[in-house]
Amino acid sequence: MYNISLNKIRKTYGDLTILHSVEMEITEGEFVVILGSSGCGKSTLLNIVAGLDTCDSGQILIGDKDVTDLEPSDRDLSMVFQSYALFPSMTVRRNLSFGMEVARVPKAEREAKVAKVAQLLQIDALLDRKPSQLSGGQRQRVAIGRALVRSTGVCLFDEPLSNLDAKLRTETRVELKKLHNDLGFTMLYVTHDQVEAMTMADRVAVMNKGRVEQFAPPQEIYEKPANLFVASFVGSPEINQIAGHLSGNGSLDIGKTHIDLSGYAFENGTRPAQDAILAVRCEDIKIVPPAAGHITAQLDFVELLGADALAWVLYHGKRLSVRMGVDQARALESEVGLQFDLTKASVFCTKDGHRL
Amino acid sequence: MSSPANAAAMPRVAVVGMYAFLIVSALFFLAPFLVILINSVKPMADIRSGNLLTLPSEITFEPWRIAWSSACTGLDCSGIKPGLWNSILITVPAVVISVLTGALNGYALAQWRSRFADWLMLFILIGLFVPYQAMLYPTVKILSGMGIFRSYTGIIFVHVVYGLPYTTLLFRNFYVGVPDEISRAARMEGASFLRTFWSVILPISTNIIVVVAILQFTGIWNDYLLGLIFAGNDNLPMTVQLTNIVNNSRGAAEPNVNMAAALLAAIPTLIVYFVSGRYFVRGIATGAVKG
Repeated sequence: MYNISLNKIRKTYGDLTILHSVEMEITEGEFVVILGSSGCGKSTLLNIVAGLDTCDSGQILIGDKDVTDLEPSDRDLSMVFQSYALFPSMTVRRNLSFGMEVARVPKAEREAKVAKVAQLLQIDALLDRKPSQLSGGQRQRVAIGRALVRSTGVCLFDEPLSNLDAKLRTETRVELKKLHNDLGFTMLYVTHDQVEAMTMADRVAVMNKGRVEQFAPPQEIYEKPANLFVASFVGSPEINQIAGHLSGNGSLDIGKTHIDLSGYAFENGTRPAQDAILAVRCEDIKIVPPAAGHITAQLDFVELLGADALAWVLYHGKRLSVRMGVDQARALESEVGLQFDLTKASVFCTKDGHRL
Repeated sequence: MSSPANAAAMPRVAVVGMYAFLIVSALFFLAPFLVILINSVKPMADIRSGNLLTLPSEITFEPWRIAWSSACTGLDCSGIKPGLWNSILITVPAVVISVLTGALNGYALAQWRSRFADWLMLFILIGLFVPYQAMLYPTVKILSGMGIFRSYTGIIFVHVVYGLPYTTLLFRNFYVGVPDEISRAARMEGASFLRTFWSVILPISTNIIVVVAILQFTGIWNDYLLGLIFAGNDNLPMTVQLTNIVNNSRGAAEPNVNMAAALLAAIPTLIVYFVSGRYFVRGIATGAVKG
């Protein structure tokens, strides 16, 4: 069994708290992506799981075995590093078999396993080369191969694609996902790239300042963000935010404009009067004639993106984005009405940012 | 330093000037060597007439033969020959051990990221600034206590320990520039610290190993003071026997023999430099950029 549970993991450097009591339950065979900007503690968390770093308090269980104080090699896991970290003096073959050599695996078994993984990753032709003779993409394959060859079921990835160029990154992303489907390993994957998170993950943990803000399937993270941070961190362009006051009768008041929120599903069904922020994705807004929609705004400029277009409009000095077809964008008037799809919108508390 | 590419871009006058300067510098440093070389193949008659700077009237290798096998070092008249073997026996193990321990020390200090490691490095560096002469008496007392004063083990031990600050510093500065992820990847693969050092780190350290080995080799080979004090009569290195030949008060002074003996003692270091010069420059440059 290779489920992972992280129990109240805390880490501090002097006065600086890197991780505040992180909790996570990862089921066997799951592909979990930890998503966050640099400095949010995601790499530290991964290193703690790997055993390369220690935590101040908390407990790590892998397959129901407490591994908190075990050496990395005793944790039944393997890791792919951002810079590949291949051993420069060894051939690809020895890079793959080094871990098994250390573990005194018999030669015949080592060779069989290396051959199998090399075939899986299509690096058979490279086995006798040194890392310096490989391209970036090939090195990354070897690094993944090294993790797989010894792995018994858990693989950790520390931003493995960030050193590749855009095209290779897309290809490797697809392959990695396919590999996961074929092998059924539990994978824990750290990245700052939300496209990687959205496309590969079974579940995404969004981290911010040492806390897990939300841990949910990617589509849920996108559609029902748990708080304002997650809403604004995930999605491009950034989610549109309109600040107002939530009145007792269920409408959002922005000056003299009232947006009726009866179509919105509040959490717990309650809606106490308070300052709130309405957040809507650019594709959940429809352009209607002025005064016919929820609000009326002035067109600022239009970006044509090829497949579709983004119209940027000004509302009370704030810029909002609306996604639409290219033809529609070309025909826009200087004043437009905006109709929100409230079933897909989110409302957040202004004070602490949590979802209402 | 100027690479050929730069030289090509320079105006002709500058190139001529540069080479003129380089040739004059080379002559300046080669001149004493040439004087020694010329006089080592002169018969004594030429030298007695006071012509140290003229070319020999006839070339004779007799002084070399005498210096090698029959010059007197004190009471013993078997030339500098026994010293060569002693020097090799001292230098080779001392270089190997001090390079390996320096590399291990340097790697450990580069890996260990803490304030204590920085303090430790500072203390080790102090070892570089204290002159040998100041440490002689305590070292003699310590080695006597250990029972290895004036012995083969003793002289090697002293060379290794006195070399450690320098070798540790050079290796540490090299290893600080080696990406940390390589060591961590080896740890993930289950390799111990020593296994990582031996199988992963040492094989990528060729350049710095060559640099440190050359520096240690020349240092230990040319050492006179430590050899005189710590080696014991049976293990006196070539340098000590050279001094004994030069200072021998019995009979007339024979400068041609002395110079031949000096050249004989210098040949091994020259060979080492010529053979490994390319690595040496490369290693120094690597250390400079990454240190």
